[in-house]
Amino acid sequence: MPRLARWFVKASLLYLLAGFTIGAAILIQAGGGPWPVVWRLRPAHIELLVVGWAVQLAMGVAFWASPRFRRPRPRGDVRVAAFAFVVLNTGVLLAAVAQTLLWPPPLLLLGRGAVLVAVVAFAVHLWPRIKPVGA
Amino acid sequence: MPKLTRWSIKAALAYLVAGAALAMLGDARAVAPDGVAWPVVRGPLVVHLLVVGWLTQLIFGVAYWMFPTYSAKRPYRSQSLGWFVFVALNLGLLLRVALETGLVAKVLAAVALAGSGAWMQWLFVLSALLQLLAGIAFVVNTWGRVRPHPGAGARGSGGEGR
Repeated sequence: MPRLARWFVKASLLYLLAGFTIGAAILIQAGGGPWPVVWRLRPAHIELLVVGWAVQLAMGVAFWASPRFRRPRPRGDVRVAAFAFVVLNTGVLLAAVAQTLLWPPPLLLLGRGAVLVAVVAFAVHLWPRIKPVGA
Repeated sequence: MPKLTRWSIKAALAYLVAGAALAMLGDARAVAPDGVAWPVVRGPLVVHLLVVGWLTQLIFGVAYWMFPTYSAKRPYRSQSLGWFVFVALNLGLLLRVALETGLVAKVLAAVALAGSGAWMQWLFVLSALLQLLAGIAFVVNTWGRVRPHPGAGARGSGGEGR
């Protein structure tokens, strides 16, 4: 598994831990728990698990397992995928924090915009690799 | 494909079907004839069946199977921890289903258990902790397998592994 795929996957595992921890607190609260403030974490719970965990894991595995080119750059321009990794994580964290702390809407929009830029960059990177193996 | 992966994928498929069926059941309430006692299906329950039961469990099963091996002797790192993930995740999620559909409340009422409110509260805690422990155990068992394929260093792209 190449280095960048490991970053994607390990980051997604950290989001899984964070998202499940928040989810457990919310579920305990739903059963009559003592911390009503955890309801404010619900948007972050969704953001972390859907984008941070599931989408990011799929990106990492796609980067790892999709067909490669011949040398010298078997996975194409890795910098584009690395850019997607950095911008995706910036966007997820910004969107999660903005919703939790009730920051002004433009900051949430900035986070979502970063996620959009990241997935477009990743699609641009991956597109030419969706081909028959060895072609 | 190891046995744990087969169980995980088949369970995930069952949640996919259950989630889709419950979603349709909930939406059908709008067109149900008057006077028919139609069950209430909570949106978050359907979402968790699909995101935890289907998507996350499918990922758990496939990762257990396809990620680089941990070592020659222990390719899946710990099989018992892997099975713990499967059991805890499904027990936790099924308990949540039983709690949110009112099944547990009916059972507690039927047996006339004293302090059923407190029981419900603790069962929510149990469901939450089972799912959380499953997530932690999966990360612990998987983290060490997120590495270059054994022996790929010299042949891979730029020494980064296959």
